[in-house]
Amino acid sequence: MSDKEQKPTTGLRESATFDINTQMEIRRAAETGIYDIRGFGAKRKLPHFDDLLFLGASMSRYPLEGYREKCNTRVTLGTRFAKKPIVIETPVTIAGMSFGALSANAKEALGRGASAVGTSTTTGDGGMTPEERGQSSKLVYQYLPSRYGMNPDDLRKADAIEVVLGQGAKPGGGGMLLGQKITERVAKMRTLPVGVDQRSACRHPDWTGPDDLAIKIQELREITDWQVPIYIKVGATRTYYDVKLAVKAGADVIVVDGMQGGTAATQEVFIEHVGIPTMAAIPQAVQALQEMGMHRKVQLIVSGGIRNGADVAKCMALGADAVAIGTAALIALGCNHPKWDAEFRKLGSAAGYYDDYHEGKDPAGVTTQDPELMKRLDPVEGGRRLANYLRVLTMEAQTLARACGKNDLRNLEPEDLVALTVEAAAMARVPLAGTSWIPGQGF
Amino acid sequence: MKTLDLATTTLRDINQALHDQAAECTEREWRITGAKGDHNLACGLDAALSIDIVGHAGYYCAGMNKKAHVVVHGNAGQGVAENMMSGSVRVKGQASQSAGATAHGGLLVIEGDAGARCGISLKGAEIVVGGSVGHMSCFMAQAGALVVCGDAGDALGDSLYETRIFVKGTVASLGADCIQKEMRPEHIEYLTDLLNRAGINEDASAFKRYGSARNLYNFKVDNVSAY
Repeated sequence: MSDKEQKPTTGLRESATFDINTQMEIRRAAETGIYDIRGFGAKRKLPHFDDLLFLGASMSRYPLEGYREKCNTRVTLGTRFAKKPIVIETPVTIAGMSFGALSANAKEALGRGASAVGTSTTTGDGGMTPEERGQSSKLVYQYLPSRYGMNPDDLRKADAIEVVLGQGAKPGGGGMLLGQKITERVAKMRTLPVGVDQRSACRHPDWTGPDDLAIKIQELREITDWQVPIYIKVGATRTYYDVKLAVKAGADVIVVDGMQGGTAATQEVFIEHVGIPTMAAIPQAVQALQEMGMHRKVQLIVSGGIRNGADVAKCMALGADAVAIGTAALIALGCNHPKWDAEFRKLGSAAGYYDDYHEGKDPAGVTTQDPELMKRLDPVEGGRRLANYLRVLTMEAQTLARACGKNDLRNLEPEDLVALTVEAAAMARVPLAGTSWIPGQGF
Repeated sequence: MKTLDLATTTLRDINQALHDQAAECTEREWRITGAKGDHNLACGLDAALSIDIVGHAGYYCAGMNKKAHVVVHGNAGQGVAENMMSGSVRVKGQASQSAGATAHGGLLVIEGDAGARCGISLKGAEIVVGGSVGHMSCFMAQAGALVVCGDAGDALGDSLYETRIFVKGTVASLGADCIQKEMRPEHIEYLTDLLNRAGINEDASAFKRYGSARNLYNFKVDNVSAY
């Protein structure tokens, strides 16, 4: 067909406001009358660690030799009050994820992988499973509003206790585990009828503010005879104030989870519209700790969207003592793996896009309680993959630290960083690249 | 009986002495004197001890109790017997809010009144209150039983799972998905036994029974106004 025969058009122009995904969601909502629930974390583009760069050594800085000169990665957590602080060999820990949301094999694999590299893993809303405790040399036991499965025996078996006030994917929201995943074992651990849509409380049942929390933490210390560190985990929102209150309440370690942090099941509107990016939360937390004279005395763990050693190093340069990974760890185990693409497509998704963890049909066997699907994840092989991934994160972070002349990851500092965008410069409080300008801090 | 006085012994030393009984029980009967609202008294017990606390207890008295029998000869603060696993706790006076919160087992008896959120997220323990309870009692309660010999405040049993609730007096209002249910002979039999074990002299047939309508167990858009 010649140009003359073709009717002239302006071409297809997608609306930036009503883009294809937005239109699909409007149609879905109109059809079903219910909000979208999904897993994973925020999918929108956010200011993130890719917007930061390291200033490697040159004339004014002296680098360390890669592979030859030591760059320490060992971190001790819980030095403030605990008789037995946790020593981790790499500052990359595994974030709290529940048995129930994850299969028993996935929990076991997380424990195996973390233990192989000398770091910690964390329980979740479903309590502590024997598989997880058995395979985790360092296990952090979450103390959640729901208190599912909470008992003093498991509390005393833990290497640390994490009092969870919120998580980055849904600060201010409780958890949910839909009936499809409430199998007999999950129901028994949570004292719930099989098949109900379970709602985890968004508030703790027996304390209501930071003054109460201080007493609650003392109770946990008394029950465990002051042996283990007590963490406080918050979703990143009013981080500066939350961290100050957490220190005042008696935390040994504070965990700040940014909005890129994952979830097993939450409303889409919650995941994408509540909280602040991880990068924006870290300087707030560090400022609060420094003002109280507690930076490095109360350790800071940050999480939410950490993918590679550069992200790890950038978090530590901004002042974190360690990081935690969740989504990345699941991907290392096999979550969203392309080999299951045909099955993902049968579920209306595709490998790399799957986020309907709440439906319990995960073809990769990671976020399911289906006994047949679970078998697809070999916990030994999963553990090996996770350990490899953790080693890569650690070596990448060391590479960058050495390039900046640092013989300890915790010697990285904001001065080693610049930002690519004005937004990142303002949030991370480091200069825009090629300038000495930090927005909000004058010229 | 061994006596420990809070005026001369620290809370830490008292709790440690009680915890040490789990490894080797050398003394079953204990008396803690001088309590003036001290928090976290006798929490984390794991032995079949008999403990009398003389005075008022603060927050989380007998928290996470296993096996022990604790009597508070006074009032108890927030979260008495929270997350109790077994054994028993008796408060001779009044109890503050969140009494017996998340408790998995054992028996909590409050001879006086209890504040708000009594039995919140209860997971299997039995709670008997001689007086009345405050609002939001048994919120999201999952298993076990709450008995109220007096009145219940607003939103009783809101978002209830399988906890059984018995109230002798009035109920200010029921929470979402909580309904009154028929008091059948087996319920009277169970309640009579529970009242006897609690040492509370009441006629079980005078109580009304409340439980979950189970309408909100699975999310349905038609129920959206109830959420």
